[in-house]
Amino acid sequence: MSKTPVNATGTAANEALTDSIQYVTVLIGGQLFGLPIHKVHDVFVPESMTRVPLSAPEIAGVLNLRGRIVTAINMRRRLGLPPREGNSSIMAVGIEYRGESYGLIIDEVGEVLNLQTNGREANPANLDRRWAEISGGVHRLSGQLMVILDVERVLGRMLDQIAA
Amino acid sequence: MDDLLREFLTETNESLDVVDVELVKFEQEPNNARILDNIFRLVHTIKGTCGFLGLPRLEALAHAAETLMGKFREGAPVTKEAVSLILQTIDRIKGILAELEALEGDEPKGEDGDLISQLEAMSLAGDAAKAAAKADAKKPAESKKAKEETTGTLVSQVLERELRIGEVSLDELERAFRETEVEVETDVTVAAEPVAERVSAAVSPAGTGQQGIDLVKVAAEIEARLNLASERKPEKAEKSVEDKEADAEAKGDGKGSVSSQSIRVAVETLEHLMTMVSELVLTRNQLLEIVRRHEDSEFKVPLQRLSNVTAELQEGVMKTRMQPIGNAWQKLPRIVRDLAGELGKQIELEMHGAETELDRQVLELIKDPLTHMVRNSADHGLEKSEDRKTAGKPEKGTIKLSAYHEGGHIIIDIADDGRGLNVERIKQKVVENGLATEAELEKMSEGQIFKYIFAPGFSTAAKVTSVSGRGVGMDVVRTNIEMIGGTIDLKSVAGKGSTFTIKIPLTLAIVSTLIVESAGDRFAIPQLSVVELVRVQSNSEHRIERIKDTPVLRLRNKLLPLVPLARILGVAEEGEKSEDDGFIVVMQVGNVTFGMVVDGVFHTEEIVVKPMSKMLRHITMFSGNTILGDGSVIMIVDPNGVASAIGTAVAAEVSEKQDGDKLRSVDDPAKVSMLLFRAGSPEPKAVPLSLVTRLEEFDIDKIEHSNGRDLVQYRGSLMPLVYLNHGVQRRMEGTQPMLVFSDSGRSMGLVVDEIVDIVEEQLDIQVGSEMPGVLGSAVIKGKATEIIDIGHFLPLAFEDWFTRKEISSAALTRSLLFIDDSPFFRNMLGPVLKAAGFDVTTCASATEAMRRLGEGERFDIIVSDIEMPGVNGFELAEMLRRDPRFRHTPIIALSALCTPASIERGRQSGFDDYVAKFDRPGLIASLKELTSHEVGLAA
Repeated sequence: MSKTPVNATGTAANEALTDSIQYVTVLIGGQLFGLPIHKVHDVFVPESMTRVPLSAPEIAGVLNLRGRIVTAINMRRRLGLPPREGNSSIMAVGIEYRGESYGLIIDEVGEVLNLQTNGREANPANLDRRWAEISGGVHRLSGQLMVILDVERVLGRMLDQIAA
Repeated sequence: MDDLLREFLTETNESLDVVDVELVKFEQEPNNARILDNIFRLVHTIKGTCGFLGLPRLEALAHAAETLMGKFREGAPVTKEAVSLILQTIDRIKGILAELEALEGDEPKGEDGDLISQLEAMSLAGDAAKAAAKADAKKPAESKKAKEETTGTLVSQVLERELRIGEVSLDELERAFRETEVEVETDVTVAAEPVAERVSAAVSPAGTGQQGIDLVKVAAEIEARLNLASERKPEKAEKSVEDKEADAEAKGDGKGSVSSQSIRVAVETLEHLMTMVSELVLTRNQLLEIVRRHEDSEFKVPLQRLSNVTAELQEGVMKTRMQPIGNAWQKLPRIVRDLAGELGKQIELEMHGAETELDRQVLELIKDPLTHMVRNSADHGLEKSEDRKTAGKPEKGTIKLSAYHEGGHIIIDIADDGRGLNVERIKQKVVENGLATEAELEKMSEGQIFKYIFAPGFSTAAKVTSVSGRGVGMDVVRTNIEMIGGTIDLKSVAGKGSTFTIKIPLTLAIVSTLIVESAGDRFAIPQLSVVELVRVQSNSEHRIERIKDTPVLRLRNKLLPLVPLARILGVAEEGEKSEDDGFIVVMQVGNVTFGMVVDGVFHTEEIVVKPMSKMLRHITMFSGNTILGDGSVIMIVDPNGVASAIGTAVAAEVSEKQDGDKLRSVDDPAKVSMLLFRAGSPEPKAVPLSLVTRLEEFDIDKIEHSNGRDLVQYRGSLMPLVYLNHGVQRRMEGTQPMLVFSDSGRSMGLVVDEIVDIVEEQLDIQVGSEMPGVLGSAVIKGKATEIIDIGHFLPLAFEDWFTRKEISSAALTRSLLFIDDSPFFRNMLGPVLKAAGFDVTTCASATEAMRRLGEGERFDIIVSDIEMPGVNGFELAEMLRRDPRFRHTPIIALSALCTPASIERGRQSGFDDYVAKFDRPGLIASLKELTSHEVGLAA
């Protein structure tokens, strides 16, 4: 019991010390997003996805990733973006959430960026509600903005909706 | 060493470790009933296991400790001393266990009288304290907070405080004993019989000897079983009793001890192993594929080897997880045998389906509840031999255990043929324990009241025996079963016995599934719910028919509701084509049978069900998902989910009538399938389904007008349409639903507004009707429904419908006596028979008919129902045949029940013919034949 606060302050102190977080950047509908690298399990090309009838519209299906069943989330639909045109190849970012494997289907994977934590800005007040819901802030990069994708919120909200 | 004993040692040591931790926790928060319950259960289990393993020393200790904890449960103050004492007892038990292991199964000799008498005294003190501090008995003696809370109350805390600070003085205990003598007396004799025995053993020196004898007996028994030399044992035992610490040390470094011979592996580890093996299989498959392309590869041989090893590995890993349920049952015969001796009953244990495989983890978790329930059945369920004899039952009581798979679940039934649950006793207990008021109970069904036996602390056993009766039993059972997502249910018939049904989900089990395709996707259906497969094509014998939009299949004269898999999954594509050509998977879930329409059927595959992601778990249509051999993920259809989607109402109704159609038709011949529809008014109308040949919908533009009436071209001829009444809407577009009646190549369409449903109901026309075309009104599905007289409409289509094929001599009107107790059939067939040229007299019963005949009325032919109250058709026929006046009068039997046996019976009774009730053409033909025969004779 008494240990928890100590740990929490410890982490906070660590963050303050390192001062920077590494992000894996991805492109979804032309927008640059960043996922904290420690959340990203792997990046893969989803193959032979199985549709799941009656599931939430955001769920693209389930697939087998090295013997594990991964639930694929269509990030375009999650963000309220139109489906991608043409049949260009898709990519997925594998993440773990509450002991289960998920694959976030995105358009493209970019590079890994090392960003200063103090460069992070809060969500602009007028950000689309669907986006604000899953965004953990914004980083200004040269020439473009990178929205931080908060994995917990992306998936947590969906679970909440199901539970509700 | 005995397997049972080995297992007991491993398990008990684990449980005791938990008890240690929990007890300490409990001491800190004595108000936490959950912790107490937990400890209580663990100790209870230990006690029970010791009992049947024949370890009296351990049993006595555990029992004494349990009694004391029972007092806590009842509200006695939790003192440090009491907890220490229990801890001390636990240590003693551990010591004995260690020795037990060292002695390979012999319970060490020794004396626990000291501890037991202390425990006993403490229990009494608990009672005393409880009596002294009635209202506030639960207040903890230990926590300061509690002290603050209790200062305001008027209860004297003196006793509690003293108890807490100092040692319990003997004087005090004795005083307590005296004060609560009356209460204690019952407690000692009833609640703690074995303890009392031990106490007396401890008090009198002579008692020690007696306990020794007990032990020797047990030892001898175990020895005999193990064929072990017993020479050195007493010596060793003494040593270990004397020097417990040395023994504990010995145990510490005794690496070869039994407890560590088997190891417990977390299911997660196995799960991970399994995943890795699956991956290995996939990789191997890919490699094989590559090698296949290169004819003479040097990899071929090593790869073959790799392939074999992989297969073996896969099998091995699978095996680690799956076990037949029989493993959990191994102990039971012995337990039942011992119980039978202990309780003085004759008990037979039947076991079915021991080979049913289930996940190891699940197996472990249901083992104890199962044991407990079997013990309960033996103790409470079955009566003593004498009682059984008086009740006219075989002396030997039977406990039947059966396991089987059903619709993605494993069902375990524990049935006894004992006295059944005593509803009144349960009610009384429920009220006593304040679980519900009498008024509330009044409103409950028996089933609901029975459920109370699963409530914590509930026990109706009048006597607390060492077998059961402390009210932990069913509570523990339920908790354990619910922990693995299962359910428990019971049925009980007074005097006949009770059946407990445990239903455990198959989340981790291997199932054989049928892989099917629907709307382009593949799905797995657990084979256990699949009854058969039917191929349907629009032009074949089996084809899908529709009632309104509901597809049905006529399968062996039964109407099977169909549900396209694609539709219930919401993936149906536009266009009907896929539904009319395909396969029907006939499934049975519980008592519901339905057909699932799929586009294709591939093969069967053994799969390991993997739980679905949390994101998908809310979809009731699926029970899980899995990875197929080809590496793709497939969803597993949950037959239960589908069945309930089809209609919970149907399921409930059908399950009420447990014994299915056959029995129903025998018991309830008046139950008729009725087609409900609407025509002209919102009120429902109905017609017996068996009279309807087909249900059709025609496009409006197919309906033609000719010669002042509406016609459609139907199967190469013109079919006249009759509107049920003027209110029936003549639609301008779309399709017009109609009921088609066909007879000897002629058809008529009865136009209605909407076809609503098919129901099976007892038909009882309560209000007759003067209106032509309506027989009367009956209650169907809780609504007043007009029953349509088809006989009225048929002549509207073809005036000669009934007459055209009549005998030329129909002009000579023949008199006919028609006997049927059902007003519906009297009203239904009366006009038909009239139309066939008979002068019809109807009778509602055989006796009425006999009266008429006896009074001299004469009939040319008699048509009689078989199933009638009072005198039935067979008896009537026999009677008539004995009378010379009626010996030659043709009699036709009319029955809903047309089995070869009943037809034979009818023939023997003297019926000339036997016709099914709804076989109108058959009846007419039979009448024609019999009457013309008679004419021929007369001429």
